[in-house]
Amino acid sequence: MAKIIAGVGCSHVPAIGVAMDTGITNEEYWKPVFEGFKKSREWMKKQNPDVIFLVYNDHCTAFDARCIPTFALGCGAEFQPADEGWGPRPVPAVKNHQKMASHIAQSLVLNEFDITIMNEMEVDHGLTVPLSVMFGDIKQNDEWPSLVIPLCVNVVQYPAPTGNRCYNLGKAIRRAIESYEEDLNVIIFGTGGMSHQLQYKRAGLINSDWDKRFLDLMTEDPVGASQITHLEYLRETGSEGIEMVMWLIMRGALNENVTEVHRHYHVPASNTAVGHIILENNA
Amino acid sequence: MTEKEYDKIPGTIVFDADKSREGYHLNQFCISLRLQENRDAFNQNEEAYLDAYPMSKEQREAVLTREWNLLLELGGNIYYTSKLAANDGINFQNLAGRMTGMGVDSYREMMLKGGRSIEGNRDKSEWGED
Repeated sequence: MAKIIAGVGCSHVPAIGVAMDTGITNEEYWKPVFEGFKKSREWMKKQNPDVIFLVYNDHCTAFDARCIPTFALGCGAEFQPADEGWGPRPVPAVKNHQKMASHIAQSLVLNEFDITIMNEMEVDHGLTVPLSVMFGDIKQNDEWPSLVIPLCVNVVQYPAPTGNRCYNLGKAIRRAIESYEEDLNVIIFGTGGMSHQLQYKRAGLINSDWDKRFLDLMTEDPVGASQITHLEYLRETGSEGIEMVMWLIMRGALNENVTEVHRHYHVPASNTAVGHIILENNA
Repeated sequence: MTEKEYDKIPGTIVFDADKSREGYHLNQFCISLRLQENRDAFNQNEEAYLDAYPMSKEQREAVLTREWNLLLELGGNIYYTSKLAANDGINFQNLAGRMTGMGVDSYREMMLKGGRSIEGNRDKSEWGED
């Protein structure tokens, strides 16, 4: 049977992708951001997952204002990196484990999570930046080391799904994955955050104390984290900090008891606090 | 209109269903600039390009004059308006520098020093607003 072995929480700041694509990760500004992913890349090599279930949000790329699904599962064979206005990122197309994705789609709906099914979808930095930071540089004509099942969550138009809903969706995703009959190792990513506000007069808000508490809760008290209100996210972590509900999907798919094997936190990357955590399911 | 619980957060516009409705054509215009051919057409003749998007007069004016904060007040969302900014060669951080009124350099400096503190920035009353 397939098995979720670990979860990864990770910011997906577009400028991090640009830094990697333009080869400036050794500059003073970026060094401390990437230092914190050194251990993660070694860990990824060791885990060598067959499949990554990647929770992210689209930034009006695959979904503009015409259509705003709360949860959309990528079920197509592959997903091309999108042109977000400055040309597509020079990274490989993302290949799906299509059979597992269809199994998950079916299982989720029967478990009362009425997701949208995407058979054609371009993917933006929300999905490719976490893959890049965790795998390192992968050339465009190469392949990502793992297959990827994308789950896209609306966090652009308020309200995003509640933390509680996300946490429970994580549990349903786990049931779906672990009822898939092939013996596969799966790592689930929850991406976005941490505190940041990109817009209007309060732009630039960073709340490091809050972020660090959130990282603690990810390890020690996921149920507590699932009860954080939208108002608290908006006020304490900035209008775009609400992306962190996506980490709760990842966390819901893990055991209640996990081992934190790595953590990284740095301010700033562009307008954003970069947060990262690796949690292994205890055997 | 009933007050929303997040209306008390200072310097913040929450892009909710009301804003989304109000800003629909404005946002669809902005996102069209994701593609080079559309950027070319817009840059050649802004007025003519905007005719295809039935936005309000105020919204149209705010696009033409690049009033970044007003665009948000009128229903624009940052992930959309940032495409208009990108067309003008303004990245997210420099756009933030403009929206905050701080200017690009002091905004960047603030971010390097750890960003804008949450203290004094939770409630409109702390900004002397109601």
